[in-house]
Amino acid sequence: MLNVQGMNAGYGPVEVLHEVTLEVHRGEIVSLIGANGAGKSTMLRCISRIHGSRSQSLTFEGIDLHSLPPHEVVARGVSHVPEGRRIFPRLTVRENLEMGAYRRNDVAAIAKDLAHVHELFPILHTRAKQMGGTLSGGEQQMLAIGRALMSSPRLLMMDEPSMGIAPILVARIFAAIKQLRSEGMTILLVEQNANAALKLADRGYVLETGRITLSGTGAQLLADKRVQDAYLGE
Amino acid sequence: MAMESQPSMWVDVFMQQLTTGLSNGMIIALIAIGYTMVYGIIELINFAHGDLCTLGSFLALTLVGLLGMDAWTGLPGVGGVVLLLVSCALFCASLNWVIDRVFYRPLRQAPKLTLLVSAIGCSFILVNVALFWGGIPMEVFGGGVAAAAPKDFPALVSDENLLGATAKMSFTMSDLLVVCVTLPLMVALTMLIRFTRLGKAMRAVAQNPTAASLMGIDVDRVIGATFLIGGAIGGFASVIYALYNNTISFQMGYRTGMDAFTAAVLGGIGSMPGAVVGGLLIGVARALSDGYIEARWTNSVVFGILILTLVFRPSGLLGAKLRDKV
Repeated sequence: MLNVQGMNAGYGPVEVLHEVTLEVHRGEIVSLIGANGAGKSTMLRCISRIHGSRSQSLTFEGIDLHSLPPHEVVARGVSHVPEGRRIFPRLTVRENLEMGAYRRNDVAAIAKDLAHVHELFPILHTRAKQMGGTLSGGEQQMLAIGRALMSSPRLLMMDEPSMGIAPILVARIFAAIKQLRSEGMTILLVEQNANAALKLADRGYVLETGRITLSGTGAQLLADKRVQDAYLGE
Repeated sequence: MAMESQPSMWVDVFMQQLTTGLSNGMIIALIAIGYTMVYGIIELINFAHGDLCTLGSFLALTLVGLLGMDAWTGLPGVGGVVLLLVSCALFCASLNWVIDRVFYRPLRQAPKLTLLVSAIGCSFILVNVALFWGGIPMEVFGGGVAAAAPKDFPALVSDENLLGATAKMSFTMSDLLVVCVTLPLMVALTMLIRFTRLGKAMRAVAQNPTAASLMGIDVDRVIGATFLIGGAIGGFASVIYALYNNTISFQMGYRTGMDAFTAAVLGGIGSMPGAVVGGLLIGVARALSDGYIEARWTNSVVFGILILTLVFRPSGLLGAKLRDKV
């Protein structure tokens, strides 16, 4: 479904990604784990085209994403929940969700997706008229995920959904990710919380200083000595 | 002299200054909206905006001359004013869009200061276009002999006092025109920004352009639309300015622009209601300064307000306390 081959990217003269190759198949949860600064976020930013990259191949469902501006990538079915949530603080919760559906005109289907998001995160319904900026960190994360779902994506990319969030809300967000998968959503998950991310994942990749050093099924990586030493503690 | 000491006389004079101030303030507010919209969305003080309005006024005078509009009375006269409003709004809207496309869009990723220099350069170009325009040998431009001289703008709208010829205060057709143009425009703009898809997209882009593009919003297109709308409002302002003040000059954009910029900063730059409140306050401050201090001090009063605002309340009266970027 998503095919990245030999991706290189950087900030100015600093190379952050070196020849990264990664694949996501339909219906999978793929986790990308790695230390701070390994290039995980940059990877997602390159796929959604808000950051420039050079790759041998960057395709989604056979469509070359390289030639597309970011707003066209969304229209092709790839939705990105950015690091740090990036909700619109002075738009209401409801308006934030509407922005997610910006490219769509199918009123009935949008209403259905809105109901689905509300069912997944009831708090977004309760707080519909509040400004996004007044939500707690965890609620903002739910809003960011809900907003991304409103574009009706076929691939959902999530960047650190557990970062800086109360444990109880983290559990709820991971439960939501599980539910989305059971509904057939394909997910590319970037996480520092490697344990939770790999438990959830069908497959995983380990990114170290811009290179993929390990890959395998979630269970394989969880059992891997190197992963345990570097990312799981104990 | 004896009359002046009577309190009722004092009140009349004050009320008159207030009326004039509010009318001018509404015009300033319209121009301030153009500054604040652009600042809100790309954090640029668009110094070319006042000069854009100058060109709008020049177009209006050209049309008046070409069509012999000063001879139109009654219904054609009203139609003429509407024609001026519509054509100048369209002209300023398109020109503002082109300015963004040519001067600002190539610099989207550049440092903000580069953008600002580009805006100042653009302002110079527009001023000189206006100077050239004033030299066109048309009767309304004084036959084109003194390009830089202020041009009389014919009083297309009667200055008959609507409150009756003997009333102590005057509220003329021009005052009414100002109210009838600005209020609906402000209401329409507020509705557009609050409730329409484009308006919400404009707010989203202003708050976080990257996130907006992740929502599928074509950021450059939304910015272009912002220039289009701000330009159109400036176009309306340019016509009512000319009709209200009856004189235009190639440099007026600088002064009016400064008034409007001060209004935008005073109200809180980036805030639409702030631009309106700031505009009205600056208009009234100008009128009071003209009436009670001396007209030659008025610009100093306006700059004084600008400086005091920047020092003591840089976020303005209604501006957001903190920018929640990043």
